[in-house]
Amino acid sequence: MDVELLKPLPVPTPVSLPFWEGLAEGKVRLQKCDACRTWVFYPRSRCSCCLSDQLRWRDVSGRGTLYTFTIARQPTSPHFASDTPQLLAVVELEEGVRLTTNLVHVAEADIRVGMRVKACFERVSPDITLLKFQPA
Amino acid sequence: MGLRGEAAIVGVAEYPHRRKYDGPRMFMLEQWAALARNALDDAGLEAREIDGLVCSDIRESGMFVPATVVEYLGQPVNFAERIDLGGATAVGMIWRAAAAIELGICEVVVCALPALPIPSNPTPQPLNPMVFFQSSSPNWGSPQAEFDIPYGNLAQNCGYAMIAQRYAAQYGYDAEAMAKLVVDQRASAAINPNAAFFGRPVTCEDVLASKMIADPLHMLEIVMPVAGGGAVIVASKEVAARCKHRPAWVTGFGEHLTIKTPTYARDMCVTPVGPASEQAFAMAGLTPDLVNAAEIYDCYTITVLLTLEDAGFCAKGEGMRFIRENDLTWRGNFPVNTHGGQLGMGQAGAAGGMTQVVEATRQVMGRCEQRQVAGCDAVYVSGTGGVMSEQSALILQGG
Repeated sequence: MDVELLKPLPVPTPVSLPFWEGLAEGKVRLQKCDACRTWVFYPRSRCSCCLSDQLRWRDVSGRGTLYTFTIARQPTSPHFASDTPQLLAVVELEEGVRLTTNLVHVAEADIRVGMRVKACFERVSPDITLLKFQPA
Repeated sequence: MGLRGEAAIVGVAEYPHRRKYDGPRMFMLEQWAALARNALDDAGLEAREIDGLVCSDIRESGMFVPATVVEYLGQPVNFAERIDLGGATAVGMIWRAAAAIELGICEVVVCALPALPIPSNPTPQPLNPMVFFQSSSPNWGSPQAEFDIPYGNLAQNCGYAMIAQRYAAQYGYDAEAMAKLVVDQRASAAINPNAAFFGRPVTCEDVLASKMIADPLHMLEIVMPVAGGGAVIVASKEVAARCKHRPAWVTGFGEHLTIKTPTYARDMCVTPVGPASEQAFAMAGLTPDLVNAAEIYDCYTITVLLTLEDAGFCAKGEGMRFIRENDLTWRGNFPVNTHGGQLGMGQAGAAGGMTQVVEATRQVMGRCEQRQVAGCDAVYVSGTGGVMSEQSALILQGG
C-alpha cells in the first residue's frame, strides 16, 4: 500500500452516543439494567441478559484488569501499518463487562494477563475519543 | 432426540488445494456444477436424482443464491438452504441435509463449497472494504465496526492469539506441544496429493522458527490461503444402498453459537464446540474414546487444542500434555486430521471445513489409501466459524 489509509473510526449510533460523548469528556459510561441489575457492554437498546429496555447510563471508574492481549507483529489491516506492533487487548472492567481496546504507556515485556489497568482517553478526531488502557 | 442415522454421505469431490492455482478459472456457479457432477459420479448417481441442495455464498450473486444455483444446475429441488456459519458451514450443511432426508422431503442432497479463483473481471471494480475487514463488518451499526475495528481487532489472527494468550495465563502453555501438533498434521499432509503441503513435512524447529504473527501464534500455526473446494452428496438409506461405496452414515451432530467477537465470550477458553460435541456424541450413542479418528477444524493450533479439550478427548487444561503424549498422525494411536488438516491442506476460504468432512467420509469408506486408518468405523468432525463464535460437530459411521 503506497498511501497510508485513514484509520477506520467509530460512527456513533443514537443508542451508543452517550458512551462516545462520555469518552470525549474523559468519562467511562456504561449501561446498567434497572430490571435485572446487569451491566451491559457494548451499548444496546435492550439488556443482553433479560432484554428489558430499562437501561440507564452510569459513570464508572474505568478501572479493571487485563483479561488477555496479543502483540500483532503484522498489521491486522493496512490501516494500522504505522502502529505495528499493535498492542491489542481485552480489558475486564470492575463492573464485570469486557471490551476490546489497546494498551498504551507500557513496555511489551511488562504486559501480564491479570494486571491492573486504568482508562485513558485518546482523542483521534474532533468527534471521537477512543478508550485505551494503561497500567494502573 | 435427533437423527436416526438413516442418511449417509455417499459421494465426495475435492479440488486439489494449491497455493498457486494454474488451472482454468471458473465462476463459482461453474465450479458448483463441476463439483456436483464429480460427487454424483463418485456415488454412482445421476444429475436428475438431485432433489435437495445446500449452498453458501457465491461471488456472482449476493442474494437468491439457492435459486440461482438450482437454475444453473437445471435440477429442481424440494429442499434448499444457504448456510452462513463461516468455517462451521460444511458440517452445518451435512446435518441439515441429513435432517431433511430423514424428514422425507428429499433423497439426494448436494452440498458444495467451491473456492477456486474466478475469472478476472474485465470491468474494473471499486475497492471493496471487506477485503481489509474480512470477517468483521465495517457497516454502520455493526458492533464490530464501532467497538472492534477502530482498535484494530479485526480478521482472525489477533482474536485467536488473544484466546491462546488467555489459555496460557489460565492453564499454562507449551509452544513445543503446539509445534508438534503442526508437525504431526504436516506428516499426514506430506502423503496427501491433494494437500498444498504434499511432500513437505516440517519439524518443531521449523514451526518455532517461523515468524511470530500475533503472540503466541507463529506463521506455521496459521492456515495458508489456497485455492480449492469440495462437495459431498448426502442420500437416503434407499439411495445409499445402490451407491458405489460404503456409506458414511450421519449418526450425530451438534451446533452451538455464542458470540461473534470473543471479547464478549463468558469464558474465552470454554468454546461452543463443547455443547455441540456433547449433543453429537449423545445422538450417535458414542463417547469420544470410541472414535477411530478426529477431523478437527484447524484454522489455528489453538482451535485444535481447545476442541480436543472441550469435545471431551481430554480434560480441560490437559490438551498440551495430550498432544505431547499421543501420536496424532494418520498412523498414530489417536489420528487427528489424517488429510493434514487445513494446516496441511491450506485453507480454501469457507470451503476449508469441507476438507474435514470429505476426509472423514473417505476414512469411513476405506478410500484413504496410504493414509487409511485401519478399521475406521467412526469419525468425529468439527467445524469452527468466526473466532470460536459458532461451532459444529458431526459423527460419521460405517454400517
